[in-house]
Amino acid sequence: MKGKNTFTFFRNLGFLTLKKKSPISMILAILSGFIVASMIPLMSKFIKGKGSILIPFLPLALFIYFLTFLPQVSQGNPIDFFYSWVPSFGVDLSFRLDGLSLLFTLLITGIGTLVFFYTYSYLKGHVYLDRFYGYLSMFMASMLGLVLSDNIMTLFIFWELTSISSFFLIGFNNEDPKSRKSAMLALSITGLGGLFLLAAVILLGYVGGTYSIQELLSQSELLKASANYNWIIFLLFIAAFTKSAQFPFHFWLPGAMKAPTPVSTYLHSATMVKAGIYLLARFTPVLGGTAEWNTTLIIVGAITMVYAAIHSLFRLDMKGILAYSTISALGILVFLIGLGTEEALLAAGVFILVHALYKATLFLITGIVDHETGSRDVTVLSGLRKVMMPVAVAAFLAALSNAGAPPFFGFVGKDLIYEATLHFGDWAYVLTGAAIVTNICLLFAGLLAGYKPFAGPLPKQFEKVHLPHPTMWVPPLILAGLGLVFGIFPSLIEKSLIQPVFTSLVNNDTIIHLKLWHGFNLVLGLSALTLATGVLLYWKLKPSNNLLRKTFKFEILSPKTLTEQFGNLFSNFAKLWTGFFQNGYLRNYVITILGFLTLLLAFRLYQGVNIYIDTATLTDVTIYEAIVVIIMAASIIFTVFSKSRLVAVASLGVIGYAICLIFLFYSAPDLAMTQFSIDTLTVILFVLVIYNLPKYKSFSKKRVRIRDGILSIFFGTLIALLTLEVLSEPLNRETSKYYAENAYILAKGKNVVNVILVDFRGFDTIVEITVLVIAAIGVFSLLKLRLKSIEKE
Amino acid sequence: MELLLVILIGLLYAAGIYMMLRRSMVKLILGLILLGNGANMLIFLLGRIVKGKPPIIDSAEKMFTEIYADPVPQALILTAIVISFGLQSFAIILVKRAYKITDTDDLDELNTTDEIYE
Repeated sequence: MKGKNTFTFFRNLGFLTLKKKSPISMILAILSGFIVASMIPLMSKFIKGKGSILIPFLPLALFIYFLTFLPQVSQGNPIDFFYSWVPSFGVDLSFRLDGLSLLFTLLITGIGTLVFFYTYSYLKGHVYLDRFYGYLSMFMASMLGLVLSDNIMTLFIFWELTSISSFFLIGFNNEDPKSRKSAMLALSITGLGGLFLLAAVILLGYVGGTYSIQELLSQSELLKASANYNWIIFLLFIAAFTKSAQFPFHFWLPGAMKAPTPVSTYLHSATMVKAGIYLLARFTPVLGGTAEWNTTLIIVGAITMVYAAIHSLFRLDMKGILAYSTISALGILVFLIGLGTEEALLAAGVFILVHALYKATLFLITGIVDHETGSRDVTVLSGLRKVMMPVAVAAFLAALSNAGAPPFFGFVGKDLIYEATLHFGDWAYVLTGAAIVTNICLLFAGLLAGYKPFAGPLPKQFEKVHLPHPTMWVPPLILAGLGLVFGIFPSLIEKSLIQPVFTSLVNNDTIIHLKLWHGFNLVLGLSALTLATGVLLYWKLKPSNNLLRKTFKFEILSPKTLTEQFGNLFSNFAKLWTGFFQNGYLRNYVITILGFLTLLLAFRLYQGVNIYIDTATLTDVTIYEAIVVIIMAASIIFTVFSKSRLVAVASLGVIGYAICLIFLFYSAPDLAMTQFSIDTLTVILFVLVIYNLPKYKSFSKKRVRIRDGILSIFFGTLIALLTLEVLSEPLNRETSKYYAENAYILAKGKNVVNVILVDFRGFDTIVEITVLVIAAIGVFSLLKLRLKSIEKE
Repeated sequence: MELLLVILIGLLYAAGIYMMLRRSMVKLILGLILLGNGANMLIFLLGRIVKGKPPIIDSAEKMFTEIYADPVPQALILTAIVISFGLQSFAIILVKRAYKITDTDDLDELNTTDEIYE
């Protein structure tokens, strides 16, 4: 009855506000976070001061906006919004609000609202409060886009944006090297996953012929039968596992807890890390149901949940405990999606909500404890209920929901998990066993973080601790309260929220029922067993530094260490590589480039030289020319080997004049003139400068000179051979013919070279003159400007 | 003659590269000039050489009546000579200036920007 009333209430609410659904309103809702984020820098003073209370109303407004869609979605009518963006690539802004998306949007905006309000007190007066709100809004918008996108290309873009905003938030305390390192680690792991997602998206689009998830749904059989199916799910899995911190990619998540607590709450327990889960859930109806899909997910999920759960036993830092228990919970979700039965998928849908409610509460409480006492060490904290009762109440409620104690929502969730594993054929006992072990450890972790700091006597040092501002303790109380309310009245959300989620997961019309009490059966027995063992473990096992230190021994084998070593190896190699090639010595660059070029050319020539010179077509050599050539060759050798700079420069002048003569012999009078004047000028300039220069000496060792000599001779020979090869090819004279024919007709000039320069290519010449002017200004200023006293030192 | 020019081009290139690989800045500039000359000769030769027939139209005619030297490589080389002069003169003055400040001609002592004023 009660459920029905609420349902009608939501429907009425819907009719009040939901007049029409234009795509613009949805796009605005999604992008509002980006808009606010980009406006914040403009009014940073206001945001840091009086305006800071305004920002939390953004997620609140969005929460209400998305709530208005609840009635329609509950009735099984998903809502589509379409706006064509880049039609030529099949990339559209198409959004689809179905059960799964709605659950996530409500979590994102709902928990977002609480976290934003919480931040208002938590970071009050912080220098970077404006930035923090900006990153957080950006993240919220990206996350909304991610869960609403129907187009997988836009889904990928939003996916990357969440990684990027997460990077900024983890590194928020940018002066702490540990923060920066954790942020880098998180970005590299999730960024790697993003790369795999892009590949998966492209492959999906290629095989399925569309980027729309709705259309891919109808191609499900085709995709599963495709030869690329294994590749697609492999790529998709890596993306999901990195984002949702599955073994062996889980290690970035504990590091990400360096971020301020609101971030840990929001990104790293309730929303972002569930993006991988969302991806798997979203593609379950499209790609799921095959042996490869199920087995992989079951194995990875099971390893993650047990491994992380056991890890959480040894932590002392409240955040560390919660980080590992979050990884474990994510493992459970992957595991459930892997089971793939209707029961398991229902359990997954419920557990997403269960976990979000209690884990966000515990994180927020950790933040309060840290904020007020300055410590997160569970061995130090105790008795805090005496100074902050409302916080303690929220913590107890969350710990109990986490423990799966009746009548909490967590109990409903855990029952569903056990039912799913028990009904899973041959492997039922193994899988149930794994689930029980995980739940026992999680229960322990929950008690450690939610019960221990508040129980027992209050130490002296904490006597002056007081309750924080209500915006900090009310949010966890709301979340923990919901965990209790949903547990007692599961019908509140059964039809309105969970049923549509289930429908979008299994893609059929099965009706579900959520019940708190199933009667006395095996599942209840298992629940009782879990509870009893967990509580017993809590009394027996006291976490201590010794225990923690023992686990460090295995650190050397952990995926984190291995990844870091790989990363160091990579950066060392890059350093060596760069140091070798980019070493700051100009000639080494020249040697590298020429050496490579020489090898390439030599290889080409080795494959076959095509030189054919018809001696009859060659021009004759007269005695004058022969003399010029000999003089020139001699001058080149003089230039290179001369011990005197003056001789070298003079020989250079001789080379220039010899070239000038060759130009003259072979019909290029203009060139001869230019070469003559330029060469003269260069030599004069050189001689003018020479007297100011130091002794002309040879710096290099003999060995180096021989090496350079060999390289130069090789290169010269190759150029000569290439020239011969080009000479034996026919020449295309079309361009010259055009100029020659039109020089007089079009440009009224008879010296074709001149006409080309000043007429046909006149603009080039103007630019050339400009270059010369700039060079002249440079020369003049270098010559005339006086050195400043500091430079003369 | 083509074969002799090919040898000269190879020689100019080899000498230019060798000089560029030296540590002295003056030698670097000499190498640059040699290389430039080599490139000019290369372009000239590849346009095929013709003796005694400059690409100038006879004063009585409006078009060429007989074979003529290719004007396009010549125009290219002319541009190249002038531009390389701009480069050379700037480089020469720069070397002079650099020497005044750093007191060295050795490139290896110039590969850091940090410790010049010490």
